[in-house]
Amino acid sequence: MRTSTAARTGQYAALLAYLVFLAFPFLWLISIAFKPPRELASLHPTWIPQDPTLDNFRQAFDEQPLLRAGLNSLLAALGAAVIAVLIATPMAYVMARRRGRLAKAATGWVVVSQAFPFVLLIIPLFLVLKNLGLINSVPGLVMVYVVWSLPFALWMLAGYVRAVPRELEEAAAVDGAGRLRTLVSVTAPLLAPGIVATALFAFITAWNEFFFALVLLKTPERQTLPVILTHFIGAEGVADLGPLAAAAFLATLPSLVVFALIQRRITGGMLAGAVKS
Amino acid sequence: MTSVTESSRPARRAPGPDAPRGAPDHGAWFLVLPALIPILVLSVGPLLYGILLAFTDAQSGRTEPTRWIGTLNFQDLLHDTLFWESFRIGLVWAVGVTVPQFLLALGLALLLNQNLRMRWLARALAIIPWAMPEVVVGIMWRLVYNTDAGILNETLRDLGLGDGRDWLSGLGTALPAVIVVGVWAGMPQTTVALLAGLQNTPRELHEAAAVDGAGAWRRFRTVTWPALRPVALAITALNLIWNFNSFALVYVLTNGGPGGRTRLPMLFAYEEAFRYGQFGYAAAMGCVMVALISILLAVFLVGRLRGEAKGGDAA
Repeated sequence: MRTSTAARTGQYAALLAYLVFLAFPFLWLISIAFKPPRELASLHPTWIPQDPTLDNFRQAFDEQPLLRAGLNSLLAALGAAVIAVLIATPMAYVMARRRGRLAKAATGWVVVSQAFPFVLLIIPLFLVLKNLGLINSVPGLVMVYVVWSLPFALWMLAGYVRAVPRELEEAAAVDGAGRLRTLVSVTAPLLAPGIVATALFAFITAWNEFFFALVLLKTPERQTLPVILTHFIGAEGVADLGPLAAAAFLATLPSLVVFALIQRRITGGMLAGAVKS
Repeated sequence: MTSVTESSRPARRAPGPDAPRGAPDHGAWFLVLPALIPILVLSVGPLLYGILLAFTDAQSGRTEPTRWIGTLNFQDLLHDTLFWESFRIGLVWAVGVTVPQFLLALGLALLLNQNLRMRWLARALAIIPWAMPEVVVGIMWRLVYNTDAGILNETLRDLGLGDGRDWLSGLGTALPAVIVVGVWAGMPQTTVALLAGLQNTPRELHEAAAVDGAGAWRRFRTVTWPALRPVALAITALNLIWNFNSFALVYVLTNGGPGGRTRLPMLFAYEEAFRYGQFGYAAAMGCVMVALISILLAVFLVGRLRGEAKGGDAA
């Protein structure tokens, strides 16, 4: 209301510029994924494929074991998400509700782990998992992903726990419900939406992860999608653009769908964490 | 909601032996343990192990036992010009990405905080890059930068700005080109964090300042920025660390080339460890990177925090 029309127009123009900058690479990926080889070789590429085709997708599945990789990715991401949430929820509860040394140490770890240098972590992890016989195995990768997604899971879940009124729990305790009972039948149902959002976020994180998968998975039949995607790019950096774009597009879809589901909650969760601490 | 839980609760009134007051710490440990064990085994443990490795001659696939070699790795590292060149590139990359990332994200967050139409759509679109696998982001931008089939060169040709070039292979253009990708990839997260901070700024104060005739810039300086500062500081510090530790993007875009111009320290250490099998030496690199980055970050934070009365603990 107090903003002038000129300023408003400027704001819309700026917003549009931002959206173009953020969206155009993805649109270009889609464009290439549907272009036949002839158009890809053309010196004057167009935004809209003149002769759209699905050949690139077919070829992508022929060239690399995409289905197998997708399954590996799905197993790793689902396993990581479920386990991470199961073990993070009780700990987040303690972090949110108590002021003891334990809660402090946990919060400290969450902060420090954000600054963890992967180099320093990956070599010993590699050696530890090797001794356990868990190199080149999806379960081994799941273990790594669980720990890797814990800091953010704890952060978000602690925020959600703080949003549950303490009085509800106290009322249950007065009524004689034990701590575990209170947790399971009073707190958990109220936390459910937050737990689901956190699990989905852990899913995306694991689905997208590359570095650990690159180091820990050695054979193509065990590798996850991001690692397999890099195989489309040859040793000299030459790639068959069509299938590469098609496979990359497919690999992104699950993340985008899940992200669309939780987009609101993620921003809300970060907000809660920021406000309450 | 409350009534449902109440009706399903057993009518036991007397607190049993498992009453919450009985052994508070036992309960807490029991709740924490499932997460604590993996954290200790797969996070804290390996980190300490990694620091120890830096003082050994550990190599992959070697049959002789690993020996302690004291600070030999660090002495070698001191004279490893390739590593220091990589470290310098890492710093250029981290600062080169973090600063524009912050400024662009701040602009976007301020816009998204306005009462614009279609704001929900803009918010959803703006964080899409966040959801993408880093590898796909790298692939996408390879397609954008592609010499012949890329949209960047085509656009430049259309605008009559020359024939375009091979952005990712040019010695001069490779690093700036990957920095642009880094900025693009990290913008959503920074925007969301700043937006969260903006929504904490006191609206009444803003309106009061407007009534008093303060212009937009003045309002930003005196009302928005002081409230936003802790969040801005935290996210910038985190971005610096995240960007310095970045790996997948550049691995896919250039794999460190051309001629090592984009070889970030993480790529360097990765090659040292998993291509040449020098575990001890690579671990030493990791230690040096952490130590130096911590010092630089401490200097940055102390510099920024000075003069700020309170609120630096908002992270």
